[in-house]
Amino acid sequence: MSQATMVTLDGNEAAAYIAHLTNEVIAIYPITPSSNMGEWADEWSSLQVPNLWGTVPEVIEMQSEAGAAGAIHGALQGGALATTFTASQGLLLMIPNMYKIAGELSSMVMHVSARSLAAQALSIFGDHSDVMACRSTGFALLCSASVQEVMDFALIAQAATLQGRIPFVHFFDGFRTSHEINKIERLAHATVRALIDDDLVRAHRDRALNPDHPVIRGTSQNPDVYFQGRESVNPWYQALPGVMETVMARFAALTGRRYGLFEYVGAPDAERVILLMGSGIGAAEETVEHLTARGEKVGLVKVRLYRPFDPQRLVAAIPATASRIAILDRTKEPGADGEPLYKDVLTALAQAVADGERELMPRVSGGRYGLSSKEFTPAMVKAVFDELARERPKRTFTLGILDDVGHTSLDWDPAFRPDAATGVTACVFYGLGSDGTVSANKNSIKIIAEETPNFGQGYFQYDSKKAGAVTVSHLRFGPRPIRGSYLVGDGEARFVACHQPVFLSRYDMLDKAAPGAVFLLNTPTPPERVWDELPRRMQGQILDQGLSLHVIDAYGIAGRTGMGRRINTIMQTAFFAISGILPQDEAIARIKEAVKKTYGRKGQGLLERNFAAIDAALAGLHRVAIPDRVTSTFDRPPVVPAEAPAFVRQVTAVLMANQGDRLPVSLMPADGTWPTATTRFEKRRLGLELPQWDEDLCTQCGKCPLVCPHAAIRAKVYPEERLAAAPAGFQSAPIKGKDFPAGHRVTYQVAPDDCTGCGLCVDVCPIRDRQDPQRKALNMAPIEARHDLEVPRWDFFLGLPEFDRTRLDPGKIKHAMMLQPLFEFSGACVGCGETPYIKLATQLFGDRMLVANATGCSSIYGGNLPTTPYAVNPDGRGPSWNNSLFEDNAEFGLGLRLAVDKQTDQARTLVRRLAGQIGGELAAGLLGADQSSEAGIFEQRERIALLKERLAALDLPEAQFLAGLCEHLARRSVWIIGGDGWAYDIGYGGVDHVLAAGRDVNLLVLDTEVYSNTGGQTSKATPLGAVAKFSAGGKPTFKKDLAMMAMAYENVYVAQVAFGAKDVQTIRAFLEAESFPGPSLIIAYSPCIAHGVDLSHNLRQQDLAVESGHWPLFRYDPRKAAAGENPLHLDSKPPSIPYRDFIGTETRFSVLARTHPEDAERFLRLAQKHVATRFSLYEQLAHLAVAKQE
Amino acid sequence: MDLHTQYLGLTLASPLVPSASPLSRSLDSCRRLEDAGAGALILWSLFEETLTAETESSARFLSEQFTGFAEADSFLPDHRDFTPVLDLYLEHIAKLKASLGIPVIASLNGVTPGGWVRHAQALEQAGADALELNVYYVAADPDEDGAAVEERYLALLSALRHQVKLPINMKLSPAFSAVANMVRRLEAAGANGVALFNRFYQPDINLDSLRLRPVLNPSTSAESLLAMRWIALLHGRVGLSLGATGGVHGPEDALKLLLAGADVVHLCSLLLREGPRALGRVRAGIAEWMEAQGFETLADFRGRMSALAVPNPAEFERGNYVQVLDSFKSATGVMI
Repeated sequence: MSQATMVTLDGNEAAAYIAHLTNEVIAIYPITPSSNMGEWADEWSSLQVPNLWGTVPEVIEMQSEAGAAGAIHGALQGGALATTFTASQGLLLMIPNMYKIAGELSSMVMHVSARSLAAQALSIFGDHSDVMACRSTGFALLCSASVQEVMDFALIAQAATLQGRIPFVHFFDGFRTSHEINKIERLAHATVRALIDDDLVRAHRDRALNPDHPVIRGTSQNPDVYFQGRESVNPWYQALPGVMETVMARFAALTGRRYGLFEYVGAPDAERVILLMGSGIGAAEETVEHLTARGEKVGLVKVRLYRPFDPQRLVAAIPATASRIAILDRTKEPGADGEPLYKDVLTALAQAVADGERELMPRVSGGRYGLSSKEFTPAMVKAVFDELARERPKRTFTLGILDDVGHTSLDWDPAFRPDAATGVTACVFYGLGSDGTVSANKNSIKIIAEETPNFGQGYFQYDSKKAGAVTVSHLRFGPRPIRGSYLVGDGEARFVACHQPVFLSRYDMLDKAAPGAVFLLNTPTPPERVWDELPRRMQGQILDQGLSLHVIDAYGIAGRTGMGRRINTIMQTAFFAISGILPQDEAIARIKEAVKKTYGRKGQGLLERNFAAIDAALAGLHRVAIPDRVTSTFDRPPVVPAEAPAFVRQVTAVLMANQGDRLPVSLMPADGTWPTATTRFEKRRLGLELPQWDEDLCTQCGKCPLVCPHAAIRAKVYPEERLAAAPAGFQSAPIKGKDFPAGHRVTYQVAPDDCTGCGLCVDVCPIRDRQDPQRKALNMAPIEARHDLEVPRWDFFLGLPEFDRTRLDPGKIKHAMMLQPLFEFSGACVGCGETPYIKLATQLFGDRMLVANATGCSSIYGGNLPTTPYAVNPDGRGPSWNNSLFEDNAEFGLGLRLAVDKQTDQARTLVRRLAGQIGGELAAGLLGADQSSEAGIFEQRERIALLKERLAALDLPEAQFLAGLCEHLARRSVWIIGGDGWAYDIGYGGVDHVLAAGRDVNLLVLDTEVYSNTGGQTSKATPLGAVAKFSAGGKPTFKKDLAMMAMAYENVYVAQVAFGAKDVQTIRAFLEAESFPGPSLIIAYSPCIAHGVDLSHNLRQQDLAVESGHWPLFRYDPRKAAAGENPLHLDSKPPSIPYRDFIGTETRFSVLARTHPEDAERFLRLAQKHVATRFSLYEQLAHLAVAKQE
Repeated sequence: MDLHTQYLGLTLASPLVPSASPLSRSLDSCRRLEDAGAGALILWSLFEETLTAETESSARFLSEQFTGFAEADSFLPDHRDFTPVLDLYLEHIAKLKASLGIPVIASLNGVTPGGWVRHAQALEQAGADALELNVYYVAADPDEDGAAVEERYLALLSALRHQVKLPINMKLSPAFSAVANMVRRLEAAGANGVALFNRFYQPDINLDSLRLRPVLNPSTSAESLLAMRWIALLHGRVGLSLGATGGVHGPEDALKLLLAGADVVHLCSLLLREGPRALGRVRAGIAEWMEAQGFETLADFRGRMSALAVPNPAEFERGNYVQVLDSFKSATGVMI
């Protein structure tokens, strides 16, 4: 047995390690939570890390998981050892090829971080729904339950597939295992070498397609032989369990870790037994050990190899004494009378009894648990054993939820703790995504687990926001391996840290604290005054639980030591200083070493300031003297105001308070339908500064609301008399311009709780004070002095009437920005480059919008619970939104259009038919309405209202039918929105088809030039020479010219826009696209944090992109061609600044000059030439003579 | 033809010295410049801002990618420990020294005597033959007087002088009230040469976005006359080397500057536009002219048209102004 090397890593890295070592071709596509496996493989290959045979695996990113599966199928047929990584919808896209790969008995292992499927809603979190959808593909399904097992089973599967020729899905629970950091034993290369048989590798190669020994596969078979062909593979499936056992035995001999297809632990004479697979085994095993230690006759069967299913080995693993069995499935099959594992085990037992191989037919129950990473704890496992002990246990049950509809759920005792919790130090940290809490904690685990004999575990919870994301880190340390596959529970943590003082009034952090625990708080408040700032409940918990309270002013220290707002190493130092887990000196030395490792050669200054911060942290820690009684007079404020709608109070507010686990089934909309306009109730107050309007300087240009990513600065025009009720200090100015009626005033108002403080409104403001050029018509000012004043002003502003849309000219920015945005306060990043476009669309067309949204950033900030930024106007109208999938968004949107058109068509037919009854004039008005303007649409809506009245009075079936259709007589605007990953890659086939189909839809591509949502992976929109995930050496090919491809159809309206470079052109493009009665494509440049630039420079970057020629602005309008004009109009000038000046400002480009200087220069030269020739090409096209169409 | 010249205490085989530009980033184009007849090479400028910005941006966007997103724990791959700009620059100097025969002059660009001046020592150790200090400073503060601006230059030079023994060339802007005096004071403070004159990026206004943007338009031959005047005035009156920069687009421009007294002539826009071979054409043109004029060495004609050598030096001063005004004719239809 080789010397064990202990490492601290997560499940994804463990799988990728073996996959990279034992394969030659790796085809990948990003999808959460499996993306990291592909990223690891790509990183190692880019660093020239060889595999077992000394060659560097070829890693290729494909356009979709379907593409990756096809490439792998080809690679296998070409004789290579090939693999891929995926999850959820990605795995579904691979299914067709999986049938092929298995049907051809090809050896491969794909690694799947199992994840929920999109049904009533998408979820990125873990369960087995995706893997269960692959049961019939012919792939073996092998499940790992822990990080160690991920590495072990990845290798065992690789060896077994070569021997048994059945391809494997090796899966483990998404997030819980894929993202859990644990200390495990790394398999030595020698072990891997010993288990992989090169003769079998050679046999795999010999089966490949080879013109020197030609064969044909993939034939088409007919009724005469197809069936026999399907049956021909049975011997391999029958043999595989035996193959697995052999491999597992060899593995045990090499490593000492012994696995079985079904492993039993517990009392040998157990009466109550549960079966399950996946990470829940950790919680279940702890519970079984706890109960058997107390004499209870209980046991657990760990299911490893689920397909091929071996009923004999399964039955043999269950003690003959077992009379009550519960089988737990981490999936849901609506309509089935039980989930797959339950049904398989039940069948195996029934057959064994029927065949006389087993005497007793136990009573068998099936339970569902853990969907979408729902917590699964020892307390829940105990609840199952308790249920089995009842006289008549439920045959079907659920765990971990309150099902007050089907009454399936089991109650559990949250106070139950297994013995395994003893001797484990649990710690919980509440932080912001941007404050580095998670990375500091990952680092702390490594320090403790790798530098001491202790074991460590880390698991990280995230909310669904991008700006101001809250993270909760759950860390455990102890002398034994840590199997607890669940969060640190209430009353369990010996250490609780609050890295953001604002959390004190938002989260019940001390619920997690164990008696005598340490509470560390980052606060600028001096220690002697901190006590008074704690809510009553928190003070009570500190006194009741005997907690000690330590404080540190981390932001103050960060500011003084040049760390800016980076508090990660400061809080990490404080943790080690007071948690007592390591001797302080040793801990500090380790932190400093980690800092050195992080910053490498990148700058001595960085090291020095981090070291200074660490030293200052030690000096800045204070223990707070605790009074003997609760003194506070306040508690947490209500999450939403009392006047919020009932649904928001009962459901949304609970989610916002982080208490969604407590919501019962009855409160869940059954079909996934949720109300819109709920972000307005989520007051997050992220900004440190707010814009301050100077109404005297302001020229009322409207640029500030246009660029605001969060609709947090608004303009409204209203009659002067409304000011009579205005709160003190409400700012206002006479409206300028002849377009507005006399006696009207305008206000530009900030939403103080919703502004993120990005400063783009101030950046765009063109008006400076001539006396003091530092001062503009908008200026950022600290929020503290302003917040409470602005709250009543904002409320008053909201209550002012909206100005009549029909009197505004939306082609003018000033006017367009008087239109109410129906997309507000999203969770998008501070300074997001995408959301201003969506917001603009909702201002112009929101009251008639149907939105099909591809999966990605825009579906997350657009549709991730708890709240929804799509809003409604005072008439209750607003965008109606759905996210189908990533790959089908264009088709989904087309379907919406077809539905609308068909219903409009029927409605018009009925209006014609019922003209006599509803009135000829009304019918003619409805049928002949010109809805090309706001006024026209308004008038049509008036007619429809009248129609409804008249139809209600008609006792005719057709009239009632028309009543159900008549709203479609008003114009509908169908928008198909998504990012470049969708439009250029995975959804391109659909985009292309929908453009070609000629229907009236508007495609808005928010082009960030990478897959932003999954972490900045390369797409075909990524420019030449840009560094992105999967292009660590700079993307070697040019960005795809999607606009040019669309223009080639000639019937598509195409615009390329960048609102920060030319806002008027952007608005024009949106208006023209929407008015064009055919397909429209707007490609919108969207600066993103993935570009490696501070988004306070969002607008500057758009300018540079346009001026360097990277992003030419143009509009192609087929209507012009029909009128004999050239349809293409260039809206930007030829490149006027060197391309170097653009790329030098963004880390995605500039880092290449450091890592690959020669390539960077070569790419730059090519790109410089490319922007000039492409612009010249557009220019030539724009000047071609066009004949008037017949 | 013998084109040898003395510059910063170095003997150069040719007075044509490419000034700091991106061409010097590639070993290949540097070789081609040498082959075309460059007498020395000035590397691209190491910017004060670049050194500090690189540290900050690599920290923020690579080392500290704190996203807090469940789906993404980073955006940019950061698995390569890379070489900082300064180290790359030093490596480049070493490579050039190993493969070129001509002197290599490093270039520093900055406005404050901060820590970056310390890097000069590293440049010296890496093998640079001289240093050019480009003080890219626009005196925009109304409270800062001309004396303070001049002090800034002198302070920077002194700081650098304390760091290195290498020859130092100061690249100056024309925006001094007393250029000649300034050059003399720089010489006294330890400068070995001056390059006249620096060209600034001029801010332009973007009429679409109403934001400023920097613009650097390539020079024209007309601009060389500014340097020519001052070199003519300084030649023989100061002891340090005189380099002419800005607006050299052909042999005629170069010859005029040499005649005015320049020790070297710098080229940039021409080389960026037409590549290293353009330098060869300038060199050939000079040789051709010398042959026609009967000059055999550079020394035969360098400075022959300087203020000290012409019969009426006032033509380089105010008299010149009157003549130019007289020669100006307005365009048709324009009333002035």
